[in-house]
Amino acid sequence: MAARKIKFDWVAATANDLKGGEAVFRRADGSWTRTVAEAELVPGGEAGAALLARAQADHAANRVVEPVLIAVDPATRRPLSLRERIRADGPTV
Amino acid sequence: MYRYDQFDRSFVAARVAEFRDQVARRLSGELTEDQFKPLRLMNGVYLQLHAYMLRIAIPYGVLSSRQLRKLAHIGRVYDRSSGHFTTRQNLQFNWVRLADIPDILAELAEVEMHAIQTSGNCIRNVTADHFAGAAADETVDPRPYAELLRQWSSLHPEFTFLPRKFKLAVTGAAVDRAAIQVHDIGLEVKRNERGEIGFAVYVGGGQGRTPMIAKKLRDFLPERDLLAYCEAILRVYNLEGRRDNKYKARIKILVHEKGLEEIAASVEAEFAAQPVATAALGEAEIARIAAYFAPPRFAALPARSAVLEDAQTEDAALCRFVSRNVSAHKAPGYGVVTVSLKPIGGIPGDATSDQMDALADIAERWSFDELRVSHAQNIVLPHVRLDDLPQVHAALAAAGLATPNDGLVTDIIACPGLDYCALANARSIPVAQEISQRFADLDRQNAIGELKLKISGCINACGHHHVGHIGILGVDRQGEEFYQITLGGAEGADCAIGELVGPGFAADKITDAVETLVETYLKLRRDPGERFLDAYRRVGLGPFQEALYADA
Amino acid sequence: MPTLETELYRGGRFVADDAVYVADGDALPANALAIVSKKRYLAERIALDARAGRLGLVLETADTLDGLEGALDRFATVVLRFARYADGRPYSLAHRLRHRLGYRGELRAAGDVLQDQIVFMLRGGFDALEIAHAGTRAALRANRIVVVPTRGSAPAAQILDAAE
Ligand code: HEM
Ligand code: SF4
Repeated sequence: MAARKIKFDWVAATANDLKGGEAVFRRADGSWTRTVAEAELVPGGEAGAALLARAQADHAANRVVEPVLIAVDPATRRPLSLRERIRADGPTV
Repeated sequence: MYRYDQFDRSFVAARVAEFRDQVARRLSGELTEDQFKPLRLMNGVYLQLHAYMLRIAIPYGVLSSRQLRKLAHIGRVYDRSSGHFTTRQNLQFNWVRLADIPDILAELAEVEMHAIQTSGNCIRNVTADHFAGAAADETVDPRPYAELLRQWSSLHPEFTFLPRKFKLAVTGAAVDRAAIQVHDIGLEVKRNERGEIGFAVYVGGGQGRTPMIAKKLRDFLPERDLLAYCEAILRVYNLEGRRDNKYKARIKILVHEKGLEEIAASVEAEFAAQPVATAALGEAEIARIAAYFAPPRFAALPARSAVLEDAQTEDAALCRFVSRNVSAHKAPGYGVVTVSLKPIGGIPGDATSDQMDALADIAERWSFDELRVSHAQNIVLPHVRLDDLPQVHAALAAAGLATPNDGLVTDIIACPGLDYCALANARSIPVAQEISQRFADLDRQNAIGELKLKISGCINACGHHHVGHIGILGVDRQGEEFYQITLGGAEGADCAIGELVGPGFAADKITDAVETLVETYLKLRRDPGERFLDAYRRVGLGPFQEALYADA
Repeated sequence: MPTLETELYRGGRFVADDAVYVADGDALPANALAIVSKKRYLAERIALDARAGRLGLVLETADTLDGLEGALDRFATVVLRFARYADGRPYSLAHRLRHRLGYRGELRAAGDVLQDQIVFMLRGGFDALEIAHAGTRAALRANRIVVVPTRGSAPAAQILDAAE
């Protein structure tokens, strides 16, 4: 999955919080936030792979569950896909 | 209804303790997510888009008022003051925290409920006719058998790691309200000429990405052989079902690939070799379980209620409700009330904690303390006196629960879709809401008549779209939500899988497309008695395709 | 020798075990419990049956019982290997061994034998567990296994002491 996502221009790392299950996004300082706009954005490719590796270390450390990279529009800091926008904002209904 | 005995109580209590220990080991890091996931799934805990989701079993859909109040309470304390009733006669809480789940399970255990085997590759919550023990057309009450199956399948040591999930459904009435032919095992309880009880046994039905209608293995399996025979089917499946590909792992694929004859031969050989100890259900055991389902003490009443008929002449809303949402009861002077969880523009299957409390009160006062969850995501009050219907209707209306649309176009089944579900391709709920609003006018709905519309957000078909008269399936087309339409599905004795009508529709065109289908039907039906499904069966896809794609 | 360190749990405690898994084609040890594959047993049945030493059979998760009818009395143990605990075929093989083929000897679970499944195994007719997983062994030693009772099976307290 990660390999497919690396080609995106700008990416953020997202996961679910272990205890609560909320959708969370990784900040540059290594903490996790529920606000996607606060997430660390890096170009895809190598920087993306490194971000994913850091996120996976948080999974291994049992802080978050199943991290992946998602494509984010750097201008609006909004996820590009509808699924990820719904994850970030909550249900549309 | 069934009450836990000492055994069930210690079983559920131990299970809560076990899961509390597993959650603690997960939170402390002793268990990794990979190790924990199968364990949480065995306790009904999923990780969805926004939160953990807890799926609670409501065995064969039967609930007491006390249990429903507990669900309302859990909704208030641990969720957002609501719960979601599903087509599998379960309840889902969409916003729970992992750390809270052991406490929720402990609360459930107080009212004899749990979440065991609501997920994972095991035998799932056994479902049954939601009118069981009440419907006028019932031959044999299926609940004792569903309960026997529940006990037998609970933590069955041999069948907890099957190739894939396994669903059983039981019905005992002339009209199959349990959709038994789209289950892994479907059972129809019936009587032979000598009055003995037995089962027609169907195997290998299912929906999902490869919908199949079940095949009949036995026409009349004697009552005593129920468990031994099901066990034989499960053993053959456990050993021979495919494990190389999760999409081909259900028993329907095994039956399809090997053919009915070969499967029947394996099952019969396995059944013949069953050890004596498990072989036959004793009469005493059947009677013991059946006693829990003895009918409540119905009053001797005339078949018609003057009180109700008088009230109906004065109150059009009541009249509509009675003609639409009340079905014939086996006891004279009683009716079976369907409470729609499909208000116009609402989320199908959702009930607030306050509504659950209101329903519990109504059932306690007017329905012998009993409720049912139907696979159409509605609630049933099984035993209401016709004389009481005006009061029941008023109480339901006060709680926003008197929508008179049972079986109509706005009584839509919809899965959670992309608003909640991690597997979804497209949203289901907003589509249901928009269609519901478009057809809000009750006169129009009634003029259209029975029409079963079912929506799934992906090919897993949790919203039963394959068996909808009109089925809607959400797909992803290059990042856009798109919706395919199937026509002519049905889930009862005349079970059929719907046929794809043609290319899909964008989200902002799907409601128009449904309206076009409905208008086309209205124009071509012979008379108002010819339902959408009947008309479709007579004319086929042609006229509908022409209407939908005329401008294309 | 098994490549992983394993211990055998039987009758409520860890016991000494001299089982040796013998690769097809290798010589059988004289003074140990020699466990052979089904393929080898069927190919060399006459010689193996005639041999004096103790013999065991190991069945892989995907093996069937075809060809083993009438042969089972010969074995001091039958080992069913769980390739992954989530692949439950060995449970049904165990049932067939016990009930269709009438095997009464030791039935041993090996492979992916973990804390959260061993109760199923003991209920399903296994009476010996070959355990590689350190956490599971520690949990058994510390008496930390939760036994959820089920209808019709032995009382919870007896489950972990499954008789030999
Ligand atoms: C929200 C989380 C859910 C997930 C992750 C989920 C997952 C799945 C999957 C993977 C399948 C396909 C199984 C197969 O074909 O082998 C399936 C089928 C099904 N699900 Fe769900 N589901 C969810 C919610 C629901 C809900 C809310 C309902 C009831 C409204 C439901 C009822 C069903 C039914 C009836 C089927 C098809 C019947 C069959 O298994 O053949 N599911 N589900
Ligand atoms: S049909 Fe698909 S989208 Fe809908 S609940 Fe099931 S898995 Fe989720």
